[in-house]
Amino acid sequence: MSEILAHPGARPVEAAGVASLTKRHGPWLLALAVTLVLPWLFYDWSRARHSGFVVAMLSQMSMMAVFALSYNMQMGQAGLLSFGHAVFFGLGGYTTAHVLNAVKSGSFWLPTELVPLAGGVGGLVFAIIFGYVATKQRATAFAMITLGIGELVTACALMFKTFFGGEGGVSTNRVIGTSLFGLTYSPSIQVYYLIVAWTVISVALMLLLTRTALGRMANACRDNFERAQFVGYDPSMVRFFQFSLSGFFAGIAGALYALTYEIVTFDSVAGAMSANALLMTYIGGVGAFAGPVLGAVLIVLLQSWVSLLSNSWLVYVGLLFIVMVTFAPGGIAGILLMHGPIWRARRLGRLAGPYVRVLTPGVLAVAGFVLLVELCSFLTIGAAQGKSFKLSGITIDPQSLKPWLIGALLLVVGGLVLWREGRHFRRSWEAVMEEIKAAGRA
Amino acid sequence: MSEAAVRLTDVRKSFGPTPIIMGVSLDIDRGQRHAIIGPNGAGKTTLFNLISGRLPVSSGRIELDGQSIEGLPAHRINRMGLSRSFQITSIFPRMTVFENIRCGLLWSMGYRYSFWHLLSRERSLNAAAERLLADVNLESRRYLPAGLLSYAEQRALEIGITIAGGARTILLDEPTAGMSRSEANHAVALIRRVTEGKTLVMVEHDMSVVFDLADVVTVLVYGQVIASGPPAEIRANRAVQDAYLGAAAH
Amino acid sequence: MELLLVSLLNGLVYGMLLFMLASGLTLIFSMMGVLNFAHASIYMLGAYFAYDISRHIGFWPALVVAPVLCGVLGALIEMYGLRRVHKNGHIAELLFTFGLAFIIEKAVQMIWGLLPVPYRVPALLDRTLFHIYGTNFPAYRGFMLLVSALMFLAIWLMLTRTRMGLVIQAALTHPEMVGALGHNVPRVFTTVFAGGCALAGLAGVIGGNYLVTEPSMAFSMGPIVFVVVVFGGLGSLAGCFIASLIMGYVQTFAVVLEYSPADALAAFGIKVTEATPLSEFLTIPLPRIGALLPFVMLILILLFKPRGLMGTRDT
Repeated sequence: MSEILAHPGARPVEAAGVASLTKRHGPWLLALAVTLVLPWLFYDWSRARHSGFVVAMLSQMSMMAVFALSYNMQMGQAGLLSFGHAVFFGLGGYTTAHVLNAVKSGSFWLPTELVPLAGGVGGLVFAIIFGYVATKQRATAFAMITLGIGELVTACALMFKTFFGGEGGVSTNRVIGTSLFGLTYSPSIQVYYLIVAWTVISVALMLLLTRTALGRMANACRDNFERAQFVGYDPSMVRFFQFSLSGFFAGIAGALYALTYEIVTFDSVAGAMSANALLMTYIGGVGAFAGPVLGAVLIVLLQSWVSLLSNSWLVYVGLLFIVMVTFAPGGIAGILLMHGPIWRARRLGRLAGPYVRVLTPGVLAVAGFVLLVELCSFLTIGAAQGKSFKLSGITIDPQSLKPWLIGALLLVVGGLVLWREGRHFRRSWEAVMEEIKAAGRA
Repeated sequence: MSEAAVRLTDVRKSFGPTPIIMGVSLDIDRGQRHAIIGPNGAGKTTLFNLISGRLPVSSGRIELDGQSIEGLPAHRINRMGLSRSFQITSIFPRMTVFENIRCGLLWSMGYRYSFWHLLSRERSLNAAAERLLADVNLESRRYLPAGLLSYAEQRALEIGITIAGGARTILLDEPTAGMSRSEANHAVALIRRVTEGKTLVMVEHDMSVVFDLADVVTVLVYGQVIASGPPAEIRANRAVQDAYLGAAAH
Repeated sequence: MELLLVSLLNGLVYGMLLFMLASGLTLIFSMMGVLNFAHASIYMLGAYFAYDISRHIGFWPALVVAPVLCGVLGALIEMYGLRRVHKNGHIAELLFTFGLAFIIEKAVQMIWGLLPVPYRVPALLDRTLFHIYGTNFPAYRGFMLLVSALMFLAIWLMLTRTRMGLVIQAALTHPEMVGALGHNVPRVFTTVFAGGCALAGLAGVIGGNYLVTEPSMAFSMGPIVFVVVVFGGLGSLAGCFIASLIMGYVQTFAVVLEYSPADALAAFGIKVTEATPLSEFLTIPLPRIGALLPFVMLILILLFKPRGLMGTRDT
């Protein structure tokens, strides 16, 4: 119920004007400023060099944000669950790689700045072809067809050398010398700003799309496809258009990928990449437009940081996903939006205490779980790789019983206390919401 | 001779071996207010589903303004000028009231699958939505997600969406179900006002609504028409009385 | 001729293995409306459990214990996971099982490592059963056929002769009605889910040493089982059986028939050379496309007959 109260549509749309425009889009402008400035915060002034790690991570966040947003055009906005979205990402990437190679060899001309558009067109064309087949069905049948298409394209990408380059993939070079601004795009920071520019364009276009007839009817078909029929719309056509446009933006993301890594292989179309889109979008939150962006940022962060420390970061992501599906289907964005009415009623402080009480055992339980998972992983995979388990200088021996007991203790005790505190928290939450409703009625 | 708005010719429908509609022939004239009544399980909603294209007929013909519509998909029939409401309120619960009405207007105002018009800038579209909103008295609720409206308000909204597209033939399935007397009176007044000059077919259980609104009443029992005519005639009809009283007596 | 007979037998073995997996999935999907993504993961766990138990105790205890473990796991998943997610809708259930499949794969990698494990056929069965035209037919494959046939018989008897079985049959095609008639639907669901998982576990026990036991076996077997379920159609075990056999034969024959589209064209007198456009696609031999065939079948059936071969309900 509180989810609906937090719905932005519940507040009247304000009049246009630069001041109110900035206020409405404040968070976006802030995010843009941060993305533009962040690389410089990690700049190594003594060596006049950007941090390769940070620039690479931020580039990946941007392209994954576009990828996840394009996926949400299907999932959150049209109610379509696809297991093969990476197909358009990868095919956009392959298209871009071929275009870059064609420009380099002189048989084609395109300014570097417009190259992502080629990826978008590639994604769009394939989305139209596959979409014509897939969107005739909905729900589970649609999901199965997309799974089939995904597996099919992956197998083709491995087998065929024409277009896909077989197992080795397609290599390319982004320094094609056709920049409109005279840049080489050789340094990664230059590519980064090109990526940011296209991310901004894509995000803006996808946002505007939600406010068009197609965007609205996609929502309508998601909510109630029968009623949509009785206002004159063919739901499978609505799905088809939405699917195709979603493929266009996935293709742009794929192009950014090709420009960054200068090689495109079969894993850009494979199931793992489609699963990635699903995880990022769902964890971020399908109900809010910006949700997938949050998810992309979080997953890339986990991937970049946690994967350095642990072999099992995917276990954590998978578990986070399941926890979200079971307890918080609105994702992170959904959780944030639920706090909206409380924030507006300035009662957020009331929850500070309950939060501390519920998060402390939560953190301990998670720590225990992580310890157990890491012990397990070092026992098998780590041992095979010859690594040893080190935590802040102390070496932990997975063969001894003590760390296992500590981990199990933390998990069990933390879990039990969390269970109890969770109920307290729910009561506090409901009390605050009741107060707000009563105040609203007064 | 005025062409029938809706003409059913020996329409039959079976679900597997079970016959539900067993040879219904009916003419609904243009501009007529036609009520279909009958005991529960008579097949009234099934008949609606057949006419509106939600279910395929087993055999028989259905014509809308002289054109065959049996077997056509629901959205095609809607575009040909027939719109309907549902027994269980069918709206877009996560969209605002205003957006709900606006969605009802999009196709008929020519927007089709356009992804290049920003709807907030479309003046005549929004003006038309405002007018409809006023017609169903929901202006004060315009920014609320439709799922939050009261039951009667949701029914009014659904009527608004149903007439938004300018359909000439309107099917209403139990429009006053679950309403209090005063709510039902409001609903009847609304229905009378917004269906002025259109053909109205409704399924109803509330007899006061039927006699208030309908020009012609058709009685459906076990998938067959047992009587059809002006309300007073139906009230006095022996067979109809038996059908209703007979069912109640057991 | 020899090739045909051997392939017929091998196709039967593989088809029956697929049926063991697909039957559980069809039952679960038809009754509960949820396509259990983690079904093939349970199959994988069955194989790994059997491997561990075989190592420490023996293959024959593993044949009994591993499926039971999988059944218990299935019951726990249904009672404490799926049931809770059910109220969020079918898509949420699908996502839950997807997440489960994901985690199980990672957990398996963590516990048993990334490489295939040496899960072998037991010594007793590691011999030839009989010869056909000079080719050996291993005893183990005969054993697999025996186990699957026995299991098939057991399910058929259970479904047609017991009360629970009749309820399950009814719930296959009319799940809501069964609840309305007063049967303890949650208990039926848990039983079917646990039973399906036990079957998948059994398939893992006997299939894991026939094929390879490795962490990616779930994600490579999974889609094929889905295709079988969709191909056979919802609500029909007979359709599932036919589809399993078809899939078994398609995959078996695809591997042995070394032909390509170019060969077919040659029969019409059209010659395909390096210069011919799309030559790479036309000269690819059938065994290499073998991996693609199930998905082509899936897409075709969903386009032309979405209810499957003998389906009684829509997906």
